[in-house]
Amino acid sequence: MKAANFDYVRVASINEACQALADGGEDARIIAGGQTMIPLMAMRLARPSLLIDINDVSELAGITVAGDHLIIRAGTRQADTLASEVVKSQLPLLADALSHVGHTQTRNRGTIGGSLVNADPSAEIPLIAQTLDATIVAQSTRGQRTIAAGDFFDSAMATTLAPDECLVEARFPIWPSENTGFGFHEVSIRNSDYALAAAAAQTTLDENGNCLRLSIAICGASPAPLRLINVEQALTGSELSDNMIKAACANIDDLIDPQSDVHADAAYRGRVAKVVAARAIGDARDRAKGILV
Amino acid sequence: MSEHKITLTVNGREMSGHAEARLTLVDFLRDVLGQTGTHIGCEHGVCGACSVVMDGKPVRSCLMFAVMADGHEITTVEGLEGPNGELSPLQDAFWENHAMQCGYCTPGMLIATHTLLQENPDPDEAEIREAIGGNLCRCTGYQQIVEAVQMAAKKVQEAS
Repeated sequence: MKAANFDYVRVASINEACQALADGGEDARIIAGGQTMIPLMAMRLARPSLLIDINDVSELAGITVAGDHLIIRAGTRQADTLASEVVKSQLPLLADALSHVGHTQTRNRGTIGGSLVNADPSAEIPLIAQTLDATIVAQSTRGQRTIAAGDFFDSAMATTLAPDECLVEARFPIWPSENTGFGFHEVSIRNSDYALAAAAAQTTLDENGNCLRLSIAICGASPAPLRLINVEQALTGSELSDNMIKAACANIDDLIDPQSDVHADAAYRGRVAKVVAARAIGDARDRAKGILV
Repeated sequence: MSEHKITLTVNGREMSGHAEARLTLVDFLRDVLGQTGTHIGCEHGVCGACSVVMDGKPVRSCLMFAVMADGHEITTVEGLEGPNGELSPLQDAFWENHAMQCGYCTPGMLIATHTLLQENPDPDEAEIREAIGGNLCRCTGYQQIVEAVQMAAKKVQEAS
C-alpha cells in the first residue's frame, strides 16, 4: 500500500501549474486535497509520473458572489465551503449535500474542484453541479474555457477536461430566493459513506403554489450524475402533489443505468434512486412553501 | 525520482528529515522522525487511525505525502499530554471509561475528539458520534469512547 515513485513540484500560481502540466506530459497530475488521488496511488490504480501540488496557490481558494452566481474557486476546502455563511444562505442545497461528503478529516483537505474532476458516480458535489447547471472553468497554457456541468461529466471517474487543463473554479447559479426550496436525500450503508444513490432537487413555486421551475438530478444509479429531464418536464406547472412526484419518479428506468456491487445490486440501487428523487422533490416543495426548515 | 528535505513543527518542536516524494506523512512521522504515537491502519484513508492535527485541523496523515506538509504545524497524540507529561483530561477520561481495548484506534480517536472539544466544548452525543464517524474501532462498539468524551467535556467545564 505504498505509492510508486513520482516527481513532485509545488507551484505558487495557476500559470505555474498550467506550465508544469503542459511540460509534464500526459502522466502529470494536479494534486490538491489528495483524498482520492492518494488512496488510488497507494493501491497503484493511479501512477502519475509528476504531482503538481497546488495547495499553496492562494488564487485558487475562496468563495465569492458575482451577480446571480456563487463562485467557488477549485482549491477551496470542502470544510470551508460547508462552514461558509454565504453558501448556507445562497446555495443551501450545496451546504446540505456537503455534510454527506466524507468525514471531518477528509473535508479538511478535500476540495470542491478535486471532487468535481474526480467525478465519482456517487459523489455529492458533482451531483449538485449537475442539478444547478454549474459552469466549470478550466485553464491551460492554451487559455481559459468554460464548460457546462452537463458537458463536463463524461462517465464514471471521467470528465471532458483535457490532460493539460487545471480546473480553476465552479460557478453555481443562485436562484431568486422567493418561493424557492431545495431537497437532498441520500441512502448509504453508513453515515458519510459512498451513496448507494442520492438525489438533489430545487424548485420555485408560483403564487398559487404550483411548480414554476424544477431541477432534479440523481447520482449513484448512472455513470455520471444525471438530470431527470423527463421528471422536470412532467412536474413543471403541476401542484407537486406527493402522488404526482412519485409517479414521475417511477418513470426513469430508461434513463438510469445502475450497477451492482458488493453493497447493493442494480435493481435495489434503481429503486433507491426513485425513492430519494421523490423525497428530494417533496422536501424542495415543502421548503419553497416555508413549511420545512 | 524526487527526494526532498522536509521541515515540520511537530508538537511545538521544529523537526526535519529527508524523504522521497512518495513517503506519506504518517510514515515520515514514525520512521524518519521517530514519533511512533500515530498509528498506521489501512493506509488508504478509511480507518482514521493515523489522524493528526495539521494547522489546527484534524486530517489523515496517510492521505498526505510528507512533502506536502513541509512547513506546516503538526500535532500528534504525543502532543496532547500536559506540560509535565500528565494525561490530558481527555486521555484520562479514555482511561477511566475503558474507551479502548486493543488501543489501535486510540491515537486517532484522541485526535478526532480533542479537536472536537476545542471547537465545541459541550458536544451532544450525536456531535461526538459525527466527530468520530471517520474513525473505526473494532473493539469497543464506540459506546465507551462516547462516554469518555462526555466525561472529559464535563470535567473541563467544571474545572473552568
